Order: sequence, then structure tokens, then C-alpha cells
Amino acid sequence: MIELTRGPIEYNALTERVRRAHCGAVVTFLGTVRDLTGDRTTVALDYEAYPGMAEKKMAEIEADTRARWPVGDIALVHRLGRLDVGEISVAVAVSCPHRQQAFEACRHAIDRLKELVPIWKKENWADGSTEWVHPNAECGNKASAQSE
Amino acid sequence: MQTIQVHVFARFRDVFGTDVVEIILPQPATVRELRAAVVLSKAEISGLLARSQVAVNNEFAGDDALVCAGDEIALIPPVSGG
Repeated sequence: MIELTRGPIEYNALTERVRRAHCGAVVTFLGTVRDLTGDRTTVALDYEAYPGMAEKKMAEIEADTRARWPVGDIALVHRLGRLDVGEISVAVAVSCPHRQQAFEACRHAIDRLKELVPIWKKENWADGSTEWVHPNAECGNKASAQSE
Repeated sequence: MQTIQVHVFARFRDVFGTDVVEIILPQPATVRELRAAVVLSKAEISGLLARSQVAVNNEFAGDDALVCAGDEIALIPPVSGG
């Protein structure tokens, strides 16, 4: 399943949801709002999406992950709106028969989500300024590591 | 000529001050022509636009793809979800 939500991500329920009798491994990744990026302090992040396309791309990532690994079930959820430091912005839960498959599948899904899904974050810095995060693919962007 | 409605997000939306920008293009027109027209309307976004993708009907589109008034068009600046 895939979901965009404005409410808190219930990661316990999400993890339970993907558990299957034939799957001996469940991996859940949580991305959380970090307080420091380089030497700058974040007080909150605002997330927005292009909703229809974001859901389409998340569904494609789910299908692609299922095609590459023996996934029992997989859930990708991204939260939108204002998130304070420490809150969960994204969750990916995957079950597979064995742990290596589950780790690889979860890693693949979150990496592709961060690369392809049209969602953006805006930094709300402690000095009161704000800044949309639009990473520069060629040379990297220190802000792009937020929530990893 | 045709009027193309372009959905904009994040920094693009802040710069344009709106969710949807109307761009007038010849018919037919390509994504390349759309990009050029967008820069003409707001020169300050040329750097970010060069690093951005254009989506036509919820799919990333190359510069030779056609854009039509009935399509759903969006500018996708570098994403930062997660």
C-alpha cells in the first residue's frame, strides 16, 4: 500500500500490517526530522506534494520492489504539512522470507522514493528564515541529507 | 496559439505567487518551447528550471514531448521528500 497523510504515521500498525506467516523478516525504515543540518538549526519542516503524481510514483516503486524481491507485503507512507523536530516524515515497511531480501527491498524503496517522488520540504531555520530544499544532483546538497 | 496551465510547486510557487501559471504557446508546442516561455515570463527561475523536470499527465517528459492545452502539465523542481 502507499499513502500520503497529514496525520502522524502509525509505524507500529504499519509494521504489523506487512507481517506474513511465510516472511521471517520485517524491515521498517523511519525518516525523522533532524535538528541540525551542517551548522544550521531546524525548528520545523513543511512538506508538500504534487499529490496525484506522487501517489503514482509511489505505486510504481511498490510494484518495482515487488518485482525484484520476494515481498510478502510492503507499505510506503509519506507525511505532508508541518513537522516538528523528531517527528516521522516517511515510513517504509517490508516483509520478505529472509532478512537480506527485506533489508535490500526496504533500502531500494526508500532510495527510489527520495529520488523520484514529487515531494518537497521547506526548512524553517532557527533564525526565522525559510528555504525550499531543491538538491543539486551534481554536487550534492547538504540539506538533501535531511531525515536520513 | 494555446493557453497552457502549468502547476508549480515549492520554490516555483513562491516565485510565481500562485499554484497555476498560464503560458501561451503556439500549437503544437514542445516541452522545450514551454521551458523557454516559462523563463521569459520569470527570468530569475532559469537556474532552477534548468535543474527541473517537466511532467505531462503525471509522467516525466523529455524536451521533445508535445504539450497540449488539455494535458496536465507541471514543473517538478529537484525533489526533497524523505
